[in-house]
Amino acid sequence: MSGTDLPLTAPAPAVADDRPASAASAASPVSPVSPAGSADPTQPAGPAGRAGVGGGPGGRAWGPPPRRRPARPSRLPKLGEDVSPPTRWVLRVLSVVVPLVVWVTLSASGAVDDTFLPSPAAVFSAGVDMARSGELFSDTWSSVRRVGLGFLIAVAISVPLGFAMGSMGWAQALLEPVIGLLRYMPASAFIPLLIIWLGLGESSKIALLVIGVVFFNTLMTADVVRRIPPDLLEVSGTLGARQHEIARKVILPYALPGMIDAARVNAAAAWNFVVVAELVAATSGLGYRITRAQRFLQTDKIFAVLVVIGLIGLTIDVLLRLARDRVGRWAR
Amino acid sequence: MSGPDLTKTPATAPAVPAPTGEGGGALLLRGVGMDFHAGRRRPAGAPAIPTLVGVDLAVAPGEFVCIVGASGSGKSTLLRLVAGLIRPTEGQVTLDGRPVEGPGPERGLVCQSGALFPWRTAAANIAFGLELLPMPRAERRRRVAWYLNEVGLEAYGDRLPGQLSGGQRQRVAIARALACEPRVVLLDEPFGALDVQTKEDMQLFLRQVWADTGTTVLMVTHDVEEAVFLGQRVVVLASDPGRVVADLPVRLPAGRDLGTRRDPAFLELRAEVEDLVRLHHRAHTSRLAATAG
Repeated sequence: MSGTDLPLTAPAPAVADDRPASAASAASPVSPVSPAGSADPTQPAGPAGRAGVGGGPGGRAWGPPPRRRPARPSRLPKLGEDVSPPTRWVLRVLSVVVPLVVWVTLSASGAVDDTFLPSPAAVFSAGVDMARSGELFSDTWSSVRRVGLGFLIAVAISVPLGFAMGSMGWAQALLEPVIGLLRYMPASAFIPLLIIWLGLGESSKIALLVIGVVFFNTLMTADVVRRIPPDLLEVSGTLGARQHEIARKVILPYALPGMIDAARVNAAAAWNFVVVAELVAATSGLGYRITRAQRFLQTDKIFAVLVVIGLIGLTIDVLLRLARDRVGRWAR
Repeated sequence: MSGPDLTKTPATAPAVPAPTGEGGGALLLRGVGMDFHAGRRRPAGAPAIPTLVGVDLAVAPGEFVCIVGASGSGKSTLLRLVAGLIRPTEGQVTLDGRPVEGPGPERGLVCQSGALFPWRTAAANIAFGLELLPMPRAERRRRVAWYLNEVGLEAYGDRLPGQLSGGQRQRVAIARALACEPRVVLLDEPFGALDVQTKEDMQLFLRQVWADTGTTVLMVTHDVEEAVFLGQRVVVLASDPGRVVADLPVRLPAGRDLGTRRDPAFLELRAEVEDLVRLHHRAHTSRLAATAG
């Protein structure tokens, strides 16, 4: 047995492993006092309490912990487990196909009135009609322009604000309380005010979009910027970077993928708000088309517009995701 | 101030002459103290003792000095003071006679994590400091290539940090600091996160880089063996408050290799430093236990 001449300056504590093997095996879990004694009498007692009065190994007053029966083998997928690529694709296809099939069977069975739930074919032909007449494109263009303009303004305000909040303590202290409060005021509740302030024109709709997006995007940008590891900032200083160079060459590239992610989440919100704005007061746009169709009970048209809104949203999402993957290759 | 420094030797003359000495700067710490709560109300639970007190340390141009001490002895604080990341509450740090007022490229820093820019390739990481200077692109590329080669990563220049091993990442971090041609390189536990074999390679590599560049090196580590193996001098810090308790010359041949670790002189000094560190570490933990109880 080694460990007899430990090169320590302090006295070596009598470790439990120094006991002869017989004593270790004799310490049975049931008997409270092990017959061989809990410590080898030839060994000097270690620190007080080590060779104690109890029964278990090492002089503890309890036996081994209770055991649980082993878990039954389960066929359910394990937590955190990934699926194989073929399974993943099957599931992805199902995710779209199953709701479609439910829709088709519901409308074909006649269980639901056509006025409430038009068949996919009816929706498709309504969409084709709207496209032929040109109103689909002009409405889509009106909405896309509003979203584009409003979202750009919101990003132009929120990114510098969020950047400042995330990188400078004073900006955080100054802006966080007010933005945290404004964020919880529903943007749609501002519609009457905006109409009073800005009238029924374009500006009130764009203002609604900005209000709906800017606060969330500011806070999310600030969160991303704040996550930069402090040692990156420190090492930048020791490499000679001035403050503005650290902001431009270190914080910005570090935070860019996360900032695009935040924009992606908030782009979806922007689409919600443009439709809300157009539902209330507009003479063009996809939301306006929905209110028009509602007036004449043209649910097939409403469905067609909804599908178009969904597809445009998906396109924006995919484009921003591609942009994120491009600038954030290093983060994966 | 701390008690009489019985073991302290005059700190000015290096035991072994530096290989070139020309690329290195002279570092001087005079009466340096750091109290993070100085002048403010001490928050509950914060230690009532300053982090560092009365540190005098002179590092000659081109010298390789290692600072050891148990955790809590303020060795990282000491390095951050020299880097200019924090300002001392007492005393002064000077490099070549000029006071240190903030971080700068003449004092390169390498930390345990490496702190590489994850979106930049190895070559672009090394280029970072040079990009801030008015330097033609071709000249920058030439220098980056030289440093990539110096750290043995010429084939890895296009890799992102995430695609490099831990040892390679530290090599890039060292090259990035060296590319600014600093007067002194500050290393804060640079090999602390590496496995034993990689660490051994990196120690030999660091000695080689030091010999090639002739820069002054100040390295903080808790690994006594590493400190004795690498340094020309080993400075021992104790805690409560952090202070220098020993400054020992390493009387070993300049060409260190794996055989150095079996040299009786090496073993003797290692044991001496280990005993010192252990002694002060135990005093520190028992003081902690006394205040906790």
